[in-house]
Amino acid sequence: MSTAMNVRYLRRRFWNIFNLGMAVAMTLFGLFWLVWILWTTLSYGATALNLELFTADTPAPGSIGGLRNAFVGSLLMIGVAVLIGTPVGILAGTYLAEFAQGSRLAGVIRFFNDILLSAPSIVIGLFIYAVMVVPMGNFSGLAGALSLAILLLPVVLRTTDEMLGMVPGTLREAALALGAPHWKMIVQVSYRAARSGILTGVLLAVARISGETAPLLFTALNNQFFSMNLDKPIANVPVVIFQFAMSPYPEWQHLAWAGALIAAMAVLVLGLVSRFLIKDRSPR
Amino acid sequence: MDDTRGAELGMGKAAVPSPAVPSRIGLVRSRRLHVMDRGFRWLTGGLAFLVLLLLVGVALSLFVRGWGAFHHFGFAFFWSEAWDPVTENFGALVPIYGTLVSSLVAMLIAVPISFGIALFISELAPEWLRQPVGSAIELLAGIPSIIFGMWGLFVFAPVLGRAEPWLNDHLGVLRGIGALFRGPPMGIGMLAAGIILAIMVIPFISAIMRDVFLVVPTLLKESAYGLGATTWEVARHVVLPYTRTAVVGGVFLGLGRALGETMAVTFVIGNAHDLHISLLDAGNSIAAALANEFAEAFSPMYKSALMALGFILFIITFVVLVLAKLMLWRLGQGQEKAGL
Repeated sequence: MSTAMNVRYLRRRFWNIFNLGMAVAMTLFGLFWLVWILWTTLSYGATALNLELFTADTPAPGSIGGLRNAFVGSLLMIGVAVLIGTPVGILAGTYLAEFAQGSRLAGVIRFFNDILLSAPSIVIGLFIYAVMVVPMGNFSGLAGALSLAILLLPVVLRTTDEMLGMVPGTLREAALALGAPHWKMIVQVSYRAARSGILTGVLLAVARISGETAPLLFTALNNQFFSMNLDKPIANVPVVIFQFAMSPYPEWQHLAWAGALIAAMAVLVLGLVSRFLIKDRSPR
Repeated sequence: MDDTRGAELGMGKAAVPSPAVPSRIGLVRSRRLHVMDRGFRWLTGGLAFLVLLLLVGVALSLFVRGWGAFHHFGFAFFWSEAWDPVTENFGALVPIYGTLVSSLVAMLIAVPISFGIALFISELAPEWLRQPVGSAIELLAGIPSIIFGMWGLFVFAPVLGRAEPWLNDHLGVLRGIGALFRGPPMGIGMLAAGIILAIMVIPFISAIMRDVFLVVPTLLKESAYGLGATTWEVARHVVLPYTRTAVVGGVFLGLGRALGETMAVTFVIGNAHDLHISLLDAGNSIAAALANEFAEAFSPMYKSALMALGFILFIITFVVLVLAKLMLWRLGQGQEKAGL
């Protein structure tokens, strides 16, 4: 009897150790991919880095060049997307947190905002293609910026909603008790209290859209030449990376890796900065 | 603000100042503030409503643009494996199959790994290790998908291609599932797409699992430990049952990501419009077909067929994401009811 108990105990111990060991192994496995991918990007990208990247435009096949037009185009489109998407996202988030708190409508909007947040970006690109590129008759940087703005909007909305929700009610009541109108209370008290949190949301959203490729394929397309005209197709880093990486020319592939490294660095730096902002907030 | 106040005072002076109506100034002022308040409310509410409009707009516009294909091919569009731009004969079966199968492969790999990671972070890791490991895994989610694609094509696919003859020889000879692993050892194909998708969704699934594991009341876990349960038994028989719906919700959220993922899949799936049982063969997914062919699709029917594919993808992911959100929401509801 006691040996049976003992066997049973040993079996339970074995499975405990085995499964926990597997959990550790899985974690290491996950980290292994991270290291492998980052190492690949770094080693391929670093050899292709040079100053010409920022001074020359995308070259014809077989010749040397840089990515200047792509960087400029990407920055332009991201900038316009932020200008459009951020105010919309912040104001919409304000409605959920300040006016419709706890109402059924707010619940519905939150629910569908989360769906929009996870919706495939390629579908958003198709949507802008259907409602903007087709009627206007040509691909344009503005269409690209708009599709990026739609991808940015739900992230900003959600963080604004969450961050305003964390502002203590007593702060609001204090402002209202002093006779401040509702909108003024929101602008001067709630926004101020949630400022860094909202900024974090914007940074996270920018990190998300700066690597987006799929929606730009149907909206901004690409442009071999330097252009700052948002009415016409415009070069951008992700689509250039896509085209160059898929091409058979080694010079183009090198440029693709350099672009990939810079895009990855930008995204990681944005992520780190926003993380730092969150940390900076929490003790207060 | 000072000049508006001045204007209001001026207005007050213009009106007959009467001690009988001391609130006159206040009245004008409060009405104006009321207008501002209403305006602000309407503005923010309208913009919040925009989110709903956007979703409806996406579905509608894709359906309208895809209607040509839906109308022309009828329901056969869904199960025809034809894809011939020259004769303009299109069917959605191959891309739908590829989307579902590559995502299924990804889930089969990603779910156990994510569970292990979540278990490690929430139950096993010492306090100082939790944050760094969690952040590192989340870093994986931040890497742009096109980099996964390039890595997959240039680095991972050749490695997988070298492993595939082994798969042919060992798994390929099995009865039943063997057919999945018999095929040309090219590296690229459905299996490569599935593995890369798995790596991409692991951070999402493991983050949700970790978060829901952390809300399991300590009381429940301690009770089980008090009865002599091992750490694994607590995880398996207390933590997992308690968080079951939310865990499934997290898996569905990851599935929603995998279904719509474009760039990484486009690089490695092979873009072949043929139906193969083998995972080693090249295939196609909806998103990859769109990314590859949209720019070359000049005839209206070709474009319409691609738009119809986009509509199907939107509907599939929408349903999956709604299910995911509902399941995640139920954990919170259950907790409120139980008063925890």
